[in-house]
Amino acid sequence: MTQINETKPVETNASKASEKVVQRSSFALTMRRILKDPALLTAVVFIVILSLIAIFSPLVAYWTGHDPNAQFRETGMSPFGLPVGPNGEFLLGADQLGRDVLVRLAYGARISLAVGVLAAFASAVIGITIGMISGFFGGWVDVVLGRVMDLVMSVPFLLCALALVSVFGPSLTLSIGVIVFFSWTTMGRVIRAETASLTKREFIEASRSLGASPLSILLRDILPNLSVPIIVYTTMMIPSSIVFEATLSFLGLGITPPTASWGGMLADAGANSVYLVAWWLVVFPGLALLMSTLAFNILGDGLRDALDPKGRRIKPRKKKGNTLFGWLAKGKASEGGTHQ
Amino acid sequence: MIRYFMQRLLFACLVLVSLSVFVFFLFFVAPGDPARVVAGDKATEAQLEQIRENLGLDRPIIVQYGSFVSKAIQGDLGYSYRNQQPVLDLITRRIPATVSLVIGGVIVWLAIGIPIGVMSARNAGSKKDRLGQTFILIGLSFPTFVLGMLSLYCLYFLPRKAGFMLFPAGGYKPFLDNPADWAWHLVLPWTTLALVTAAIYARLTRGQLLQVLGEDYIRTARAKGISEGKVIYKHAMRATLTPLITQLGADIAFLLGGSIVIEQVYGLQGVGALAVQAVANQDRPIIIGVVMLGGLFIVMANIIVDLLYTLLDPRMR
Amino acid sequence: MPLIEAHNVTIRIPTEDGVIYAANSISFSVEAGEVFGIAGESGSGKSVLMQAITGLLPGAEITGEVLFQGQDLLKMSQKELQDLRGSHIGMVFQDPLSSLHPYFTIGSQITEMIHTHRKISAEEARALTVDMLEKVGIEDAESRFDDYPHQFSGGMRQRVMIAMALVLHPPLIIADEPTTALDVTVQVQIMDLLDEMRRTFGTTVIMITHDLGLLANIADHAMVMYAGTRLEIGATESLFSNPAHPYTLGLLKSSPSSQETGGKSLEPIQGNPPSLLDRPRACIFAERCPQVQNQCRSARPPLQKYDDGAEALCHFSAHDTQAMTVDTGLQKSASKRPIVVDVQDVRLTFHAKSMFGKKRSTEVLKGINLQIHKGETFGLVGESGCGKSTLARVIAGLIPASAGEVTLDGVPILSVTGQRWRQMRRHVQLVFQDPVGSLNPRRRIGAIIGDPFRIHDVAHGAEQKKKVQELMEMVGLNPEHYNRFPSEFSGGQRQRIGIARALALKPSLIIFDEPVSALDVSIQAQILNLMQELQRDLNLTYLFISHDLSVVRHVCDKIAVMDAGQIVELNQSDKLFAEPTHPFTRKLLDAIQDPPPLQESSARKLVETEPAAAVFDGAVMEASL
Repeated sequence: MTQINETKPVETNASKASEKVVQRSSFALTMRRILKDPALLTAVVFIVILSLIAIFSPLVAYWTGHDPNAQFRETGMSPFGLPVGPNGEFLLGADQLGRDVLVRLAYGARISLAVGVLAAFASAVIGITIGMISGFFGGWVDVVLGRVMDLVMSVPFLLCALALVSVFGPSLTLSIGVIVFFSWTTMGRVIRAETASLTKREFIEASRSLGASPLSILLRDILPNLSVPIIVYTTMMIPSSIVFEATLSFLGLGITPPTASWGGMLADAGANSVYLVAWWLVVFPGLALLMSTLAFNILGDGLRDALDPKGRRIKPRKKKGNTLFGWLAKGKASEGGTHQ
Repeated sequence: MIRYFMQRLLFACLVLVSLSVFVFFLFFVAPGDPARVVAGDKATEAQLEQIRENLGLDRPIIVQYGSFVSKAIQGDLGYSYRNQQPVLDLITRRIPATVSLVIGGVIVWLAIGIPIGVMSARNAGSKKDRLGQTFILIGLSFPTFVLGMLSLYCLYFLPRKAGFMLFPAGGYKPFLDNPADWAWHLVLPWTTLALVTAAIYARLTRGQLLQVLGEDYIRTARAKGISEGKVIYKHAMRATLTPLITQLGADIAFLLGGSIVIEQVYGLQGVGALAVQAVANQDRPIIIGVVMLGGLFIVMANIIVDLLYTLLDPRMR
Repeated sequence: MPLIEAHNVTIRIPTEDGVIYAANSISFSVEAGEVFGIAGESGSGKSVLMQAITGLLPGAEITGEVLFQGQDLLKMSQKELQDLRGSHIGMVFQDPLSSLHPYFTIGSQITEMIHTHRKISAEEARALTVDMLEKVGIEDAESRFDDYPHQFSGGMRQRVMIAMALVLHPPLIIADEPTTALDVTVQVQIMDLLDEMRRTFGTTVIMITHDLGLLANIADHAMVMYAGTRLEIGATESLFSNPAHPYTLGLLKSSPSSQETGGKSLEPIQGNPPSLLDRPRACIFAERCPQVQNQCRSARPPLQKYDDGAEALCHFSAHDTQAMTVDTGLQKSASKRPIVVDVQDVRLTFHAKSMFGKKRSTEVLKGINLQIHKGETFGLVGESGCGKSTLARVIAGLIPASAGEVTLDGVPILSVTGQRWRQMRRHVQLVFQDPVGSLNPRRRIGAIIGDPFRIHDVAHGAEQKKKVQELMEMVGLNPEHYNRFPSEFSGGQRQRIGIARALALKPSLIIFDEPVSALDVSIQAQILNLMQELQRDLNLTYLFISHDLSVVRHVCDKIAVMDAGQIVELNQSDKLFAEPTHPFTRKLLDAIQDPPPLQESSARKLVETEPAAAVFDGAVMEASL
């Protein structure tokens, strides 16, 4: 054991040095990157405020004294029957039926967030499960599941949504169902590809050679390594679900009136081109929709950069990829033995 | 090679069959009586019975489906419940508007999206890149109809209120009647469609290009002393074509099946608008026809993309 | 006048983590017509140096002076450098697989370069290309002109790369690890070709490599780099037989030589290379130097110049710190030991099934027979694709064989399934090649090493932790690091983790699949020594798979040479090396390139010692800013 005894002091030495690195590894480093990203922070603040508004929308109604579906034909409309613009009573104006846009926006946030988050999570769960099974087991399982994904992706989804709604009539559950059915494949494909490439890695073979069961390998070895794509793609699916829902509502296929939803409000504004004389009918709901999707997209992008700095460039003018990065990676691999 | 395409063709048929089964049986299990849609509210029970017999609705579902399929293969998609015109005619009449919209849109979005993606990737991490990424994020987040409504308000209504016609509010003018008028009416729809879609292409181009620029063969190209422009546009872009074409094929196919939102916003009488009207009218043969047509476009696009792959990538030959 | 002359080149690369000091005040000069070698381990900055001075690293900040044919490369604009690349400086890269554009024909990739630098017609360019392709040994070049890279083998692709680099007859060629990705026998062909070409065209070659044996056999002069610093430079002959810097000496002593018999432990360089994020102070090698003194840790070393032209960056001169080698007493007489593994006529055929076409089958293993005795190390050598890794997995029970039987401790294992198969997993373990890929990056090493205990329900909780820590200590890891993630360890340390995991259940057989081929020489020696000590202390049985004959000879008692799914020769190591019978074995042995043996005493004299300040000019200036 002489050799080992000789080796040990060096290893200990190395570890002392790497202690500094360890302290700000992984989580701390991610947090540091997040805190350095003003756009990401703004997006988070926006999302928090939006959620609060959605949760406490009855308070908004109480505060303004306007029920979301109540029509104020006296105060909310001009003598010619046109809606009034933003004023002291209707902060963001009134719509063509004399309803308070602000209150309806607050209630609409509930629908958008609920549909966005629910649909994103449901699609994520389905996509992750099917993607992992398909990628891990390969063979005919993969062929069948892969073909199913191809099939779903080959369906003209908006047209099918139209057909479904025309049969069953518009409803919230149907909207979510349609969104989930056509969204899970995005996650499924990503997870399938990642799982397939992880399965080829040697640490999976190591687990297998130790006699670990497939379930244990999937849950202990593969799932934790998928956390980055799962977080990022789930976040990214929220805005697309929100837009999907708004689009369905805009086409009159989503939430049934008079329930307030952003897409529905825009559809109302578009009908008979009311918005041409009442800009607030399109600007405020449009802005609400745009800001929300933007916030979630920024969040997703920012999280990806923070969690997976590989895709992120460091300093301007850095065009070299492989050589430099391959070499940096090697440099980092030996960081454990840094003598600082 | 041929075997591969046989497989793809087989799969295409599978997609179309599943799709037809889906829509057909969807309407079969649906509540509501088609005969009443055809006849209107005042029809008597005897009239309804007559209509059911004419439409073959009294036959077993399997027989109905069989006759639907055999007719569809011959190009007969049935007749509209509303005005008894052949569905295929109705759709074909709508195709020029949709195709005009898509072709112009594709050109504009490629012209915007790819250069932005290239600029972003070439200057990764710099101000230019941040600009490009801001464009990408906003474009990805902008719901099509919001952008459409806003541009109508700003570029049609406000100028008109000021007393001049910058762009028309929409509507489709046939190309052969007056090409200039055709283009003028389509400028707003094109840009709206292109701006939101360009973001997707910019992101795709940026991501792919960043990856390719890290490849060893790009270093080889630089080591050969080729100009940077040639390195990017010849060597690097060549390798990013494949994913771009996949995306393009899918997008064109989806839009040809009906660019529903844009057509709705700008009042373009295209295939998508037809579908929306059909839903409002409960006109099932048209809905089935449009869905099947959309599926056919997608399936065809997939096969064309596969063919292009083998042309583009010598390793696939 | 030298063709290329570098003075105090310093390269810094800004990154998110800080500034990387990729090269510190490097000077060298290369005479026209010679082969100049740059040796170093990964992260030594050898590739970065050459890429930066040819303008291929635009993100790097470079200071100093690099005179090429009298002009300073570092003062040139991107355009001027671009004109120089290809026409005056040709380059050959490591991986011919990824260095050629997959979508263009090889001919067009070469003619493109000709057209960039010369105004000639397409026919002339084509003729030039075909001519050059023939010269580098592409048969039937005229018709292969329009083939794509994937239609060539690895060695052929590297020939195409060389043809591309040479076609404009540049005075200088930079070859960056040109043979590392290739099989040994192909390596020899490529090196011969490079050598022949430089003689034919009078080209100067700068050869970047980590392979000291290869360098010793081809280079006229060489420099040794470590962590961005040039530690030694001089004529190759004396550099390798009589190194002036302790690092060079350490590298040579940690490389297993095919000349020496096994059973002796190598002398590794302890520790790991430093981070390049620190501004270099004092001697950069001090932490790992066997003859380190206080001075080395506090003062920058002076440049010592010797009478034979060698220069070393050291306070002292290199000398052996230990008696040459310690006999570890591993000479074993294997015959009377019990058989652990018995492989009988194992065959494996892969069937490629498809929906329409007929079945195609590939025979991967064509009847393998071998026995491994208790306590011995059995080597399996062969080139890539010969089936050696597949055979290992069949023996490990991970891939079912098509025919034949493998018995482990007398128990047939190929037919077992279910619970029995899981039980069998205890008795045979694998150690993998890739120290990064073989450990789950998201799990702590306590959990990774403890996995065998968990899966086989051997120990839990505190008991498991205790056992894991014992194992960690056994393989030379600090047990306090129980809660760390793999990314916090260096390559060599990760390989120790892999070994600890394999040891956990005290298996009858441990299969090492290329365990050191991803490691640098100095680290490789640490791991090889660890393996031998563990074997001696615990009486372990190893199956050792490698493509590197020197390593195999160093650790193995018995060697089987594999080619195309068959064992072509099987013998005791010494006998196999002394009297190879099969032509393939001879071909492999001929391909080995060893550095010249170390000389016992130094005949050279120190003539001048240049103080540190002058040497570190660039760095000092920078520090004072």
